[in-house]
Amino acid sequence: MQKLLNWVDERLPVVDAWNNHLAKYYAPKNFNVWYFFGSLAMLVLVNQLVTGIWLTMSYNPTGEGAFASVEYIMRDVQWGWLLRYLHSTGASAFFIVVYLHMFRGLMYGSYQKPRELIWLFGMLIYLVLMAEAFMGYLLPWGQMSYWGAQVIVNLFGAIPVIGEDLSLWIRGDYLISGITLNRFFALHVVALPIVLLGLVVLHILALHEVGSNNPDGIDIKKNKDENGIPKDGIPFHPYYSVHDLVGVAVFFFIFFIVVFFFPEMGGLFIEKPNFEPANALKTPAHIAPVWYFTPFYAMLRAVTVDLFGLSAKFWGVVVMGGAIAILFVLPWLDRSPVRSIRYKGWLSKIALALFTVSFVVLGYLGLVPATEGRTTVAQILTVVYFLYFILMPFYTRMEKTKPVPERVTG
Amino acid sequence: MRKLIFGLFIAILPVLGLAAGDGVPLDHIETDHTDKASLQRGAAMFTNYCMGCHSMEYARYKRVAEDLEIPIDLYEENLIFTGAQIGELMKNSMNKDMAADWFGAPPPDLSLESRLRGESWVYSYLRGFYKDETRPLGVNNVVFDKVGMPHVLVDLQGLCAVKPNIGHAPSVEPLSGNIKNASACPEYAIEGSMSGVEFDRAMYDLTNFMSYMADPIKVERERLGIFVLIFVAIFFVFAYLLNREYWKDVH
Repeated sequence: MQKLLNWVDERLPVVDAWNNHLAKYYAPKNFNVWYFFGSLAMLVLVNQLVTGIWLTMSYNPTGEGAFASVEYIMRDVQWGWLLRYLHSTGASAFFIVVYLHMFRGLMYGSYQKPRELIWLFGMLIYLVLMAEAFMGYLLPWGQMSYWGAQVIVNLFGAIPVIGEDLSLWIRGDYLISGITLNRFFALHVVALPIVLLGLVVLHILALHEVGSNNPDGIDIKKNKDENGIPKDGIPFHPYYSVHDLVGVAVFFFIFFIVVFFFPEMGGLFIEKPNFEPANALKTPAHIAPVWYFTPFYAMLRAVTVDLFGLSAKFWGVVVMGGAIAILFVLPWLDRSPVRSIRYKGWLSKIALALFTVSFVVLGYLGLVPATEGRTTVAQILTVVYFLYFILMPFYTRMEKTKPVPERVTG
Repeated sequence: MRKLIFGLFIAILPVLGLAAGDGVPLDHIETDHTDKASLQRGAAMFTNYCMGCHSMEYARYKRVAEDLEIPIDLYEENLIFTGAQIGELMKNSMNKDMAADWFGAPPPDLSLESRLRGESWVYSYLRGFYKDETRPLGVNNVVFDKVGMPHVLVDLQGLCAVKPNIGHAPSVEPLSGNIKNASACPEYAIEGSMSGVEFDRAMYDLTNFMSYMADPIKVERERLGIFVLIFVAIFFVFAYLLNREYWKDVH
C-alpha cells in the first residue's frame, strides 16, 4: 500500500494535497455553529449532483413529455420519488445553508482583507447557484415553472433598446416553449454545474491560501509556535472533519424530516400550482417565485415610479440587480479596523440587525400578493437594505471599536 | 447571538402561516391512506362516476390494484371500462377537443388534483353544487363559481336548492363517523338516493382516493422516514462521541 502511494505520489502530489488541504491545514480552534454551513453546502452540492444525475436518466426534456416524465419518476421509477424529493428539497436546503454561510461572513467580517477573493468567488457561486436554481425550476414544466420563468425572462425585456431582443434570444422563442426548456435543461445539467464546481474549487483554494477567519476575526498566523504552527490552529483533519460530521447528522435529521414528511413544505419548496402542467393560455392568479428569490422579487415590485423616461419595471430590475451587485464590493465598503461583529461598535451591530430584518421581511413580502401597504413596507426595507452597504464606509469608520484580544476566545 | 437567532425566528414566523388558501371557506378533512376500505370505495366511485370524463393518466391500474389490495381479476372485471391492460396508464377515451366544445374546457386530468387544490378543497367542491338556473347546465358550485362541470352525482346527492353551507357548518367527522350536522345542504330541489350523511361519507371516500392517487407513496414514505430518522439519530450519537473524543486534546 505504501509502495503504491509512493508510486502515485512521485507522479501526482497527493500527499501534499492531503496535507495542504486537510491534515496540515490549520484552522482556528474557536469555530462556532456558524462554521458548519460551508461544509454543509458542499454536502448539499454533492446531493444535488448525484440525485440530479439519476433524475436525468428518467427525465424527458421536451415540452410534450417533461411534466409526465416527472410523474413517471414519482410513480414508476424505483426510488424515483426519493431522488426527486432529495433534489427538490436539496435546492431549498442549498439556499438555506448558503444564506447562513454568507450571513456568517457578514457577522465575522470574513470578506475583509486578505479574504476579498474568497468573498468574490463565493458571490459568483451564489450568482451561478441562482441561475442554476432558476433554470432547474423550469424543468418540471408545471404552471409555476412556466409562469415564473416567463416573469423572470421578461425582466430582461425591460432593458431599453436591446431588451425585447435579449429576452427573445434567451427564450429562443416568442414565449417560453419546449425550445426554452431544452436549452435550460442543457445549462442546468451540464454548463452551470461545471462552472459551479470550478468556482467551488477556486473558493476553497483561495481560502486555504490565506487561511480561515474565525468568530474573533483574529489572524491566527500572527501567533505561531516554534514549529511554525499557529498556536490557535488545529489541523482540519481530524478535528474539524469529525466536528463537521456532527453538523452533518443534525442537518440530515432536519433535511430528512422535510424529505419524508413535508416534501412540499406547505407550498414553499414545491409550489402547489406546479402540480398542474404548464399552460401558456392560462395565467395563474398569483405568480410567486420560490422562496429563495423572494427578497429580490419584493425589491423589484417595490419600485413603482417611472424615472427619466424609463419604466418602473426597468428601475425595478436595476434595483434588483443592484441588490446583488452591491454584495460584490462589500470587502471595499467595510473600513472597520476590526473584522468581527464582536468587536465592532453598536452602529455596525444595529446596521447588521436592520439588514437581516429587511432581507427576511422582504423575503416574506415577495411571497405574498402585493397590496398598497405591503408595497410601502417593501420600499422602506429596500432602502434599509441598500443603506446597510452605502453607509458602511461611514459607520464602520466612525464608531468606537472594542480592543481585539491577542488570542482567540472561547 | 442568541438574540439574533431569536430575531431571525420571529421574522420567519409569518411565512409559516402561508398555507392558507384563497379565501373561499372550506370544510376541512384529514385523509387516511391506510384506510383501504375507504380507498376501495373511493376507487369504485371514481371509476364509475368520474373517469368517463376525467383521466388519471399519470397512474397505472396495476399500482392502484396492488396498493388498495384489490385482486387483479376483480379489478379488471369491474374497474377497467376502456379495455386497457392492467399495466397501462389510467387514460380515458374522451376526445379533448370535443370535450372543450361541450364544457368550455376539457375536463382536467385528476391524478394530482388533490395536491394542486388541496384535499379540503376537493371534498368541499364535491359537496358544493347547487341549483342555479342562470348557468347553462342549471348548476353552480359554491367553491368553484361558474363551474363548467355538470352535477354528475345528482342521482346520489340530489340537487341542493340553495347554496350549501360549505365551511360554515361543521359536518361529518370522517374518522369517527360522528355526525355533527346532517349535511351541507339544508334543502333539496331534487331528492337523491343517498341521505346527506351517506353522501358526505361517500365524498370523503372519493376525496381520500384522489388524495391517495396524487401522492401514492405517502404511507410508504412516512414509514421509511421513521427508520431514516432513527438511523440518523444513532449516527449522531456516534459522531458526537467521536467528536468529543478527538476534541479532548484541544484546549
